[in-house]
Amino acid sequence: MKQLFSGPALATFAAAAVMNVSAVLAAQTSITVGMQLEPPNLDPTGGAAAAIDEVVYANVFEGLTRYQADGSVAPALAKSWTISDDGLVYTFSLHSGVKFHDGSAMDAEDVKFSLDRARAEDSTNAQKRLFTGIASVDAVDALTVKITLSNPDGGFITNLAWGDAVIVAPESIENAKTAPVGTGPFTFSRWVQGDRVELARNPDYWGDAVALEKATFKFISDPTAAFAAMMAGDIDAFPGYPAPETLPQFEADPRFRVIVGSTEGETILSTNNKAENLSDVRVRQAIAHAIDRQAIIDGAMFGYGTPIGTHFAPHHPDYVDLTGGSAHDPAKARALLKEAGAENLTLSLKLPPPSYARRGGEIIAAQLREVGIGTEIENLEWAQWLEQVFRGKDFDLTIVSHTEPMDIGIYANPDYYFQYDSAAFQGLIEDLKLATAPADRTRILQAAQKQIAGDYVNGYLFQLARTGVANARINGLWENAPTQANDLTGVSWSD
Amino acid sequence: MLSYILSRLVALALSLVVASLVIFVMIELVPGDPASFMLGLNAAPDTVAALRAELGLGGSPVERYLRWVGGMLQGDFGTSYTYRAPVAELVTARLAVSLPLALMALLLSTLIAIPVGLYAASRRGRPGDWSVMGLTQLGIAIPNFWFAMILVVIFAINLRWFSAGGFPGWDQGIWPSLKALTLPAVALALPQASILARVMRSAVLEVLGQDYIRTARAKGLSRRRTLTDHALRNALIPVLTIIGLQFSFLIAGAIIIENVFFLPGLGRLVFQGITQRDLIVVESVVMLLVFAVILVNFLVDIAYGLADPRLRRRS
Repeated sequence: MKQLFSGPALATFAAAAVMNVSAVLAAQTSITVGMQLEPPNLDPTGGAAAAIDEVVYANVFEGLTRYQADGSVAPALAKSWTISDDGLVYTFSLHSGVKFHDGSAMDAEDVKFSLDRARAEDSTNAQKRLFTGIASVDAVDALTVKITLSNPDGGFITNLAWGDAVIVAPESIENAKTAPVGTGPFTFSRWVQGDRVELARNPDYWGDAVALEKATFKFISDPTAAFAAMMAGDIDAFPGYPAPETLPQFEADPRFRVIVGSTEGETILSTNNKAENLSDVRVRQAIAHAIDRQAIIDGAMFGYGTPIGTHFAPHHPDYVDLTGGSAHDPAKARALLKEAGAENLTLSLKLPPPSYARRGGEIIAAQLREVGIGTEIENLEWAQWLEQVFRGKDFDLTIVSHTEPMDIGIYANPDYYFQYDSAAFQGLIEDLKLATAPADRTRILQAAQKQIAGDYVNGYLFQLARTGVANARINGLWENAPTQANDLTGVSWSD
Repeated sequence: MLSYILSRLVALALSLVVASLVIFVMIELVPGDPASFMLGLNAAPDTVAALRAELGLGGSPVERYLRWVGGMLQGDFGTSYTYRAPVAELVTARLAVSLPLALMALLLSTLIAIPVGLYAASRRGRPGDWSVMGLTQLGIAIPNFWFAMILVVIFAINLRWFSAGGFPGWDQGIWPSLKALTLPAVALALPQASILARVMRSAVLEVLGQDYIRTARAKGLSRRRTLTDHALRNALIPVLTIIGLQFSFLIAGAIIIENVFFLPGLGRLVFQGITQRDLIVVESVVMLLVFAVILVNFLVDIAYGLADPRLRRRS
């Protein structure tokens, strides 16, 4: 069999070797970035999939403001803004000379169009709640936009930094799902569905030109294939690398750099606060004390992840470390269960597909068994999970990572799937909306963290880490993921 | 021959109707709403409702079934929920990978298997036969995804002659695309060639036991001429059956190999469709695959008729 194709195969191999050499020499201004999931479409204003933003955020589309690598929010298309004393009227002045990739000018009318479209009755924006506080958007002149809110909202500037709030043009939005037209430093070149998206440098960019001439996002879902593609040099960087068990191999290899950063993903043992037994705070506290966070991080996440004691990102300046309040203490857990009269409990534990849930679920089940709580594990697909757990609220426990930045506000919604209903907490979030002074916001945010930790709403496990691998000669990749993005604007190759 | 073809065509049409019903009912039973899946955790209920309306997810099952089948009859396979592109377009793009890959693998396995099978049959019971039998046994036993990974480790990671996967697209040139399909095709062809070679061997052996072979030899035909002129043609019927089955398998069943080499093929499209609840894609693609399998079987039936005149006379 071998003999049969050795002739032509040899010719193939020789030619391939030559091609590889030329590819290496020309690679300095192009990058191929690996992603595990392919975006379903490329319009960040029309879908929740993180993969959309991971391709287009900051690269193709820009908003009035934007997230930076350290998680802070900076001006983007808006040069500056003023806020009225009552906190209701935001007046943005826009950069001049900004053009969409189709050559049309970006002006105040486009801003008005984008925001009005996102908050419209028939809007399919996945984060519509970001815009529901807007009462009106007015284009004062070509470069000035006035946004009036119905209530003061201290987080409004941050809301505008989301990928769902990018500025789009009425002329091109129809086709944005397959041919996005934004104002960013990269233009969309092509999308080979199932394989890759290609971007090219925008020669007419209004801001600082980027170092890269070409960027390719390649979609590799299989962890083994991702490893092979990195090793073979097909992929230059894989920021959300799906095979953490192989990271030590990359760490030992000088050609590569391993990037371990934090995300906005609070991974929690979500608890149905209205379920039988679980409505008793003592039972929830017992579960919290039954959990050994480090064992889960080591066992399910290969040691990557930061323990959390509340629903808040540890890298945020306002974070309070409350892990002590739910330290691993099986004896205390058993005592609490006894006190609550909830011995011999059996709870359902419904697990979505990610490995943090499936692997973590097994470990948590073992830890709960240790204090006398039995679990019935059920593995669900995402669509099933959304239907049964998230919408149907038919669960006792589940494990999920809440990846939206600054999402502690979800605890103020009593209809949210874990059904926490606390007037005290809802009052705090109301106060937060009205507070614009940084010191006030810090105080309220910290009180909110303590409130949910003290009520043991959910089991707080760990902040999801983002582990990536990159060619050691690449600079400027984001380490943390304050929002779901692969911002390539600052990326360059060193020699 | 005509009535033979007609009877095959009626069977083809009936199979398609039954298949469409089975597929539709199965997809109806899958839990999970595509719209809420697409919009994620933070979507407001009215947003989900707006999207459902936009996707055309309303109506009774009977209504939707008729709409689906009616559309397909007019060549409209629906619009993907997630990609928002016509399913026909998506399938065409994926077929540009899956079809050449299947053909390459099939060609490779046939080119290897027929001479090897013939060789083993002609060397029956001798070392040449034993080694072919041993090697093909190994070829069947080795899982193709494992063989694919070994190919990647050797030719992509160590030697760097090929990339570890991906597909550049035919518009980037025929050569880079063929190159991208080479390793996957080899990985797919190995077990197929092993099976085919064994089928070929036993088919030839069976024919060699027939009286007419002895007659051919007796009238003075050389061993080689007997083998190629008399045995080969008669042995092709079972081989054609296997090739037909293999082709259907290679188009739809290459999903694992597509995953190993991250190729944007048809199998990946269906898999993605299932996980993302892009049900219209799943429905239509599975229907197309069923159609392809039935069509291939139909063509194989016709090919039987061509290879063996007795079959067409019988019907």
